[in-house]
Amino acid sequence: MAEVRVESLIKSYGTLKALNDVSLTFPDGGFFGLLGPSGSGKTTLLRAIAGFVIPDTGRVIIGEQPVENVPVEHREIGMVFQNYALFPNMSVADNVAFGLEVRKVPAADRKKRVAEALELVQLGHLGDRKPHQLSGGQRQRVAMARAIVTQPRVLLLDEPLSALDKSLRVDMQIELKRIQREVGITTIFVTHDQEEALTLSDQIGILKDGRVIRHGPPRAVYDDPRDEFTARFLGEANLFSGTPEDGGLRLRDGSLIAGTKAGKIAVRPENLEISETEPSTPNRLKAQLVQRVFGGAMGTCIINWQGETIKVIGRDQDLQGLSDTGPVWISWAAERTVELDA
Amino acid sequence: MSNRFLAGLGRVYVALILVFLYAPILVMAAMSFNASEFYQLPFSFSTEWYDRLWRNNEILAAAWRSVWIAVIVTIVATSLGTAASVALFRYDFRGKKVLQVLLFPPIAIPWLITGTAMLVFFFGIGLGRGTPAVIIGHVALALPYVIVVVTARLTTFDRTLEEAARSLGASPWKVTRSVTIPWILPGIIAGGLFAFAVSFDQFVVSYFLSEPGDSTLPVLIYTSIRKGFTPEINAISTIIIAASMSIMLLAARYSNFGGER
Repeated sequence: MAEVRVESLIKSYGTLKALNDVSLTFPDGGFFGLLGPSGSGKTTLLRAIAGFVIPDTGRVIIGEQPVENVPVEHREIGMVFQNYALFPNMSVADNVAFGLEVRKVPAADRKKRVAEALELVQLGHLGDRKPHQLSGGQRQRVAMARAIVTQPRVLLLDEPLSALDKSLRVDMQIELKRIQREVGITTIFVTHDQEEALTLSDQIGILKDGRVIRHGPPRAVYDDPRDEFTARFLGEANLFSGTPEDGGLRLRDGSLIAGTKAGKIAVRPENLEISETEPSTPNRLKAQLVQRVFGGAMGTCIINWQGETIKVIGRDQDLQGLSDTGPVWISWAAERTVELDA
Repeated sequence: MSNRFLAGLGRVYVALILVFLYAPILVMAAMSFNASEFYQLPFSFSTEWYDRLWRNNEILAAAWRSVWIAVIVTIVATSLGTAASVALFRYDFRGKKVLQVLLFPPIAIPWLITGTAMLVFFFGIGLGRGTPAVIIGHVALALPYVIVVVTARLTTFDRTLEEAARSLGASPWKVTRSVTIPWILPGIIAGGLFAFAVSFDQFVVSYFLSEPGDSTLPVLIYTSIRKGFTPEINAISTIIIAASMSIMLLAARYSNFGGER
């Protein structure tokens, strides 16, 4: 177990900069989610830590040891691949034992550790099966067991849950988190699924065009995204821009949003209130309800304000009193205003 | 025309193909068991030609030579071909495409031309004719077949398996041995069987490159026929056909000829 650090990583493919001066610290024992759209460099960063990608410049440090010149097989990492990459010619137990066999762990000890690892992922009874006889979720668990049985210094997960269907994915998220807590290993994972990142990580990093544009605890980043890209990428956001004045932000319909000095603000859909009568809240806008979408427990209202689409999300029972379309007021508490960099 | 008529026509067509392919072989096999030296009917069963074959040291020596040359060629061509396929699969380098294309003409160039070229070349470098020249020639002919078959198998190989093995601490050699080779083994076996067949059945290049006293079996059969035909040739030919077909059936089992196994 170890802290992982990358410093000023640059990796170019032709004119494309997959990593453009990336520096990040992955805390010892933490669960760090790398999040970004495809082509943002998140996978390249993970593969640079693993050693499959050799950066043009910059450093990769695992537990105070610089590893830029250490080949993959000597970096003491564990990795779970998107398609799990289980060895098809070996049984589940042999897959898990592979890393121990390579390290010349004596057979008796090896057997014990394989059994422990399979027990940890709750597959103790399936050691004799071949990978093709397992379900997707079981393969995922075998891949986890294989990656951690060697007690690596860092565990790298490349879109570990994307091959599973949705209901199984939620179960596996809980499972991944439990395993990571039990083992206490520094874990870095890559995902394009923001919900997954928020659920699993204690730190997230958001990448765009080869740069880390924001990182921190998920709640802190969600509540204070600071820039438009992060606000939109992590969760949903309604953006408003206008002219800053002494009293606040003057929007283009003449409304004044008090208590902010920013020229651009965001409000999360779940923080917006919707009503047909004028509310007393100072931050309120007159708008047009276009559509109500039923979504089970939660409902969404699509609203037109000055030609822009605004989304409001609320409990379905709170939205039931509204007519399907017509003039409405949207409002929000002043502390729910998120100021963005211009 | 009704579908039944068309289906019937199709069956006749397939039957004709099989007759064309196998009738001469079956006749030859039958005649190897016929007592008459001049293909006279009625057929009377005899193993005389097989007995004579067994006592014909010239044919037995040539057969033995053909077998061990084919074994050496198989080992060399399969190892080289597999290594080349893995390298072409794993690495990108300048001129890779050109190299890949250059590996295939030996399949397309007529063996007569290849054989002539090899003869001229081996005399040019002072090796001349003889068994070493035959072996080198056969390896050159067999290599592209091995590469084609092994490469076909490699295209179904998932590279992340190699990455997974490396992430678990395996050296490149260990990765090759434990992960890559087990996956392509059916291709290696099929390629090896092809290599064996190419060498064992090879006439043209062997005829050009072998020395008179050192003939392989196909060369000896050819020269015997020119001297005068004996049913012993039928007997040895029947044995060779049985052996070659077994090898090809095995190769088809390991490569995916005719669809998925």
